[in-house]
Amino acid sequence: MEAMLSVKNLVKRFGGLTAVNDVSLELYPGEVVGLVGDNAAGKSTLIKCISGVYQPDEGEIFFQGQRAHFARPIDARRAGIETIYQDLALAGNLGVSANIFMGREVKRKYLGGVVHTLNETFMNAASQKVLDTLDIRFANFGEKIERLSGGQRQAVAIARAVYWQAKLMIMDEPTNNLGVVEQRKVLDLIGKLRGEQVPVILISHTLPDVFAVTNRIVVMHRGRRVAEKRTSETNSREIVQYMVGALDDTRAS
Amino acid sequence: MATGTEAVAGLPAQGGVRKQFILLFSRMWAWVFLAGLIVFFAASVSIQSHGDVNFLTIRNSQNILMAIVPVLLMGLGQTFVVIAAGIDLSVGWIMGLSSVVSALVNVALISKGTYEPLAIAIGCLAGIAAAMVPGLINGIIIAKLRIPSFIVTLGMSFIARGVAFLLSGGNVVGGQPQGVRNLGNESLLYLISGPNGGLYFLRPPPVSGETLRQLDRILQWPVVITFILLLIMLFVLHKTQFGRHVYAIGGNREAALRAGIPVDRHMIVLYTLSAATAGIAGVLSTARFSGGSSIAGDPLLLSSIAAVIIGGVSMFGGEGSVSGTLIGALIIAVMTTGLVMLNVQPFWQYIVVGVVVILAVLIDQARDLVIGKMEAGQNP
Repeated sequence: MEAMLSVKNLVKRFGGLTAVNDVSLELYPGEVVGLVGDNAAGKSTLIKCISGVYQPDEGEIFFQGQRAHFARPIDARRAGIETIYQDLALAGNLGVSANIFMGREVKRKYLGGVVHTLNETFMNAASQKVLDTLDIRFANFGEKIERLSGGQRQAVAIARAVYWQAKLMIMDEPTNNLGVVEQRKVLDLIGKLRGEQVPVILISHTLPDVFAVTNRIVVMHRGRRVAEKRTSETNSREIVQYMVGALDDTRAS
Repeated sequence: MATGTEAVAGLPAQGGVRKQFILLFSRMWAWVFLAGLIVFFAASVSIQSHGDVNFLTIRNSQNILMAIVPVLLMGLGQTFVVIAAGIDLSVGWIMGLSSVVSALVNVALISKGTYEPLAIAIGCLAGIAAAMVPGLINGIIIAKLRIPSFIVTLGMSFIARGVAFLLSGGNVVGGQPQGVRNLGNESLLYLISGPNGGLYFLRPPPVSGETLRQLDRILQWPVVITFILLLIMLFVLHKTQFGRHVYAIGGNREAALRAGIPVDRHMIVLYTLSAATAGIAGVLSTARFSGGSSIAGDPLLLSSIAAVIIGGVSMFGGEGSVSGTLIGALIIAVMTTGLVMLNVQPFWQYIVVGVVVILAVLIDQARDLVIGKMEAGQNP
């Protein structure tokens, strides 16, 4: 089977700091890969290179067999990579549907396409629908995002990624702000995506979640990929030892 | 963790009515305040003059509308810039630059014998174009070099000032053709009150002497032009993708960038647009006073920013509306005119405007505080 995503020897530096050091990663359809590591291990930098926020200094990214150059995040999104960022990347002053459609607003055309207006009716209805499919209900759908709770905001970020029907989904700490019930829903969603053959990269500090939904676990430590394990062939004690640097598969022993 | 369950349940309904009321009040207070001002001045001007002077006249309303033209034009561009979390301090002197350039071009073309309407049209366009150049440069430096807009536009304001003075030699550029004067002072409608009066469209009746004093110009061209622009900008900001992106950039620049909004390009357009509206104000100033003046705009810059703030635009970006800026400009003009008619020393107007600006921001903060507390109360 051909890899959906293939990252080869990726390097990203910020000044003198090498945030991601020679990392390779492959992802196949229907696969959920957990990306774990301590703070500043380079996980978020790695996924931001994949989603086009950062440009790697060295290395290559192949998406669906094609060499990918994502100069900007929108290039990655157009290719079918949706990302739920840790900071959610929502505009607090806009409403739910404005955020779900941010940058890809649906328009009505008048006068033969000379004048475009926002098609709020369509965007509101579509947003409601995607929230419904995720089983998320808002009493305050029309409110600005900044007036919503942390969990509701998280739900909007997830709904945005789901709406655009990703071919690859990247989730950076998606359960961070959520209560127990919503955490369960996010994990169910990951399972659903796997069922639809959509591969998922899951970054999480919550190891039980990672063990519950992933097929493979990649551990990063100080910018390097120190381990890659089948989830069924490892346990959290071993993973933690990789995370803190006590174990390292790349080190010559 | 109460926030979690809310994703399903939504906010409880109790307290919702009070919250809606507070939100409504914070949105509508400026309108109520404006109405209150008009009622107050109508009553007090009449009482103080024992009925001799009336605040609510057609002439007075038209004077107020003419007074807000430059403030509103600069304020409109500023509204877009500030919603996108920037500020444009250069528009005052850019307006002066535009006034001087349009006047100089008019004079040059007329002296060459160019057909007058054509000369005036080219003069107007030249003034606006001369304004857009520093605006474009502002935008490029702010977007591409990431220098704070406050600094770039402050610097540009000095540059525009210097260029305007160099071009005009520090004098008012006179010698304007009659057509320019008409553009700045004639109107859509003319009203003659009294027994032999009437309403005239586009063309004033031949009047002289006593009747001339009874002639009211209704909707002078600068007012008409400004309100057409206002409607266009209202539409653009609130109904189009361009306007939505202005809010998105002001709300969360990084999120807008990741969502694929061409943020840099948008910023460049916004600063160019802001300068263009100031340019239109400059051209109309030349027309109104039959002369190009480099100092025409600077005294109005802070009034235009005050109008924007009173209208509810947040200096942190992301909040505000075109109609708010209109109300802000009207509040300032009504207060100024009303105080003059009450024979209050004109210097008081500055103090009153200052108080209202601070009050406007306090109301917004109080709203956020109260609503924040209410929501905290709901999530024990």
